[in-house]
Amino acid sequence: MTAPAMTAAPAAPAPARNAPHGLLARLPALWPAAMLCVFFLIPFVIMVAFSFYHRVEGGLYQPAFELDNYARFWSPLFTRVLGFSLMICGLAAVFCVVAAVPFTWFLSRTRRPAQVAWLVCILSILSLSEVIMGFAWSILLSRSAGLSNLLVTLGILDSPEAWTPSFGALLMGLCFIGFPYSVLMLYPAVNRLDPEITEAARTLGASPLRGFFTVVIPSLRQAILATAILVFVFTLGCYVLPQVLGKPEHWTLSVLITDQAIYQSNIPFAAALAVFLVLVSLALIGLTLLLGQGRRR
Amino acid sequence: MHELRLQGIAKDYGRVTAVTDVDLAVPAGKLVCFLGPSGCGKTTLLRIIAGLESPTKGQLLLDGRDVTPVPTHQRNFGMVFQSLALFDHLTVGENIAYALRIRGADKAAQRKRAEELLAMVQLPGVADRHVSQLSGGQRQRVAIARALAIDPSLFLLDEPLSALDAKLREAMQIELRQLQQRLGVTTILVTHDQREAMTMADVIVVMGQGRIQQAGAPLEIYRRPANAFVADFIGTGNLLPVRVDGAGLRLGDAVLTASEGLDGLKPGAGATLLVRPEEVQLRPAGEAGPNRVAGTVDFVRDVGNSVEVYVDCAGTRLVAAAARKDLPPIAAGQTVTVELPPESCVVLAA
Repeated sequence: MTAPAMTAAPAAPAPARNAPHGLLARLPALWPAAMLCVFFLIPFVIMVAFSFYHRVEGGLYQPAFELDNYARFWSPLFTRVLGFSLMICGLAAVFCVVAAVPFTWFLSRTRRPAQVAWLVCILSILSLSEVIMGFAWSILLSRSAGLSNLLVTLGILDSPEAWTPSFGALLMGLCFIGFPYSVLMLYPAVNRLDPEITEAARTLGASPLRGFFTVVIPSLRQAILATAILVFVFTLGCYVLPQVLGKPEHWTLSVLITDQAIYQSNIPFAAALAVFLVLVSLALIGLTLLLGQGRRR
Repeated sequence: MHELRLQGIAKDYGRVTAVTDVDLAVPAGKLVCFLGPSGCGKTTLLRIIAGLESPTKGQLLLDGRDVTPVPTHQRNFGMVFQSLALFDHLTVGENIAYALRIRGADKAAQRKRAEELLAMVQLPGVADRHVSQLSGGQRQRVAIARALAIDPSLFLLDEPLSALDAKLREAMQIELRQLQQRLGVTTILVTHDQREAMTMADVIVVMGQGRIQQAGAPLEIYRRPANAFVADFIGTGNLLPVRVDGAGLRLGDAVLTASEGLDGLKPGAGATLLVRPEEVQLRPAGEAGPNRVAGTVDFVRDVGNSVEVYVDCAGTRLVAAAARKDLPPIAAGQTVTVELPPESCVVLAA
């Protein structure tokens, strides 16, 4: 196809009308770069360096270059925890997207004041910290004071049940954290969608539901993929919820990293685990993006 | 071929009335054009026909069968939207074959039909291209092909050419009209462009304030508009405020006679007289005769192929239009006599 060559050609010789001159003019580009460097890149490099250090018993470490910390991964415990973390965060991402896409779609169809009210409510959830959310849900799902008491009153259950700690409670907690982000990520894309495309699908013989799946979902493909990745990465970093809502076998890699860094005082191993988690996440995101690109023509 | 009948259609949004009292027959195989200014209810009426809005009152009869309760996706009415509403995630061919895919046709049949339709809209060989790679005019053709892919009982077009530039629009009007005549599909076109309506329609329905102001053949509407609203909207016209006098119609000092619409006028009442600019004759100053008014040339708009002369007749401005070769040299400030031939004067209902 010649199209890329044709569009690239005129772009090259045309100089930007207000090309930046001097340091001041480049500030808009330099500032974010500097911030990223100071708050992300430098700490990350320090962490990578620490992951090769040698641990000294008693909570200290000394500079070295050894791969022992990385070698320790290949124990059944850590590979199982890694697999579980990826699985539960992937599930949370899927559930969040499945819940948030129809929600955002219907939201975009309501009147403006209603939309604003809903978005404010959803934003206010974000003001709660993971700790508050975790304990709130652990109370709501508990036997003594939880929602099951309500079901007993309604006659659905015979006696109150404890729903936490459990896999389901943890998954629900992660979805609760991911959902507001999902809606906020999807909202602009859904709002930009031409309402006439669903009407066009209807005139062409698709029922509203059929039109939603054959036209709306594929049109939102990019936004849905981005949302799933965001929720996946975000929940992968949760380390309070698994401890509050899950049993020890539900603890994710983030919990183990916290445990190693804070309670075992093994900073080099915690750093190695963190680096490994980052690399695995990046690889998965890359793979997802690659698959998403491949399906697009 | 199918015919559509609208009976007492009305649509309210809360206290706002979008359309009211619409009774109309859309004859089989004809192109009917809803023409009117923005906000006149023409798009609402089209959306009611498509089933995208439900009427507050009234019925839609397709070949005598009531289709008012039938949902959009079971009506089989092809529609071209103002935004075109092409599916950006699909190729051109997939866009056109979408309806066939929904109906469960196999891939080969979808492909064959898409290529047939692309040939029909004179856009062959682009089936595998992405919609975003097409120009505005090409996207237009794809939208038309997609709507025709279902062999629609009714073909509905909502200002389909409004996004195109003037030259392309004029060419597409002719092409679309010829396609419609060749297929013989009953078609409803919504537009605010009276030239487009005159070019394409068998029947023009002029709408204003949510009502049908007049429905009829294009030239009939042009020559004998039912009221001042229609006269003002279709073409340019001299709308002259006159007073009914014993002998005829008084405009300033002059007394005029008209051939149409004089019945039922009471002496002393006010009325509006319509004379199309191309019917107005300019004569040398002082030439007396019936239906003549003296005036001074105010401005001359010479656009090459035609000339418009604005004449001030005792405070009333008149426009005369003529081909350049039919007009003697004329300049602003000159005094002239304006003849309004009685056979081209139409008195309009207030």
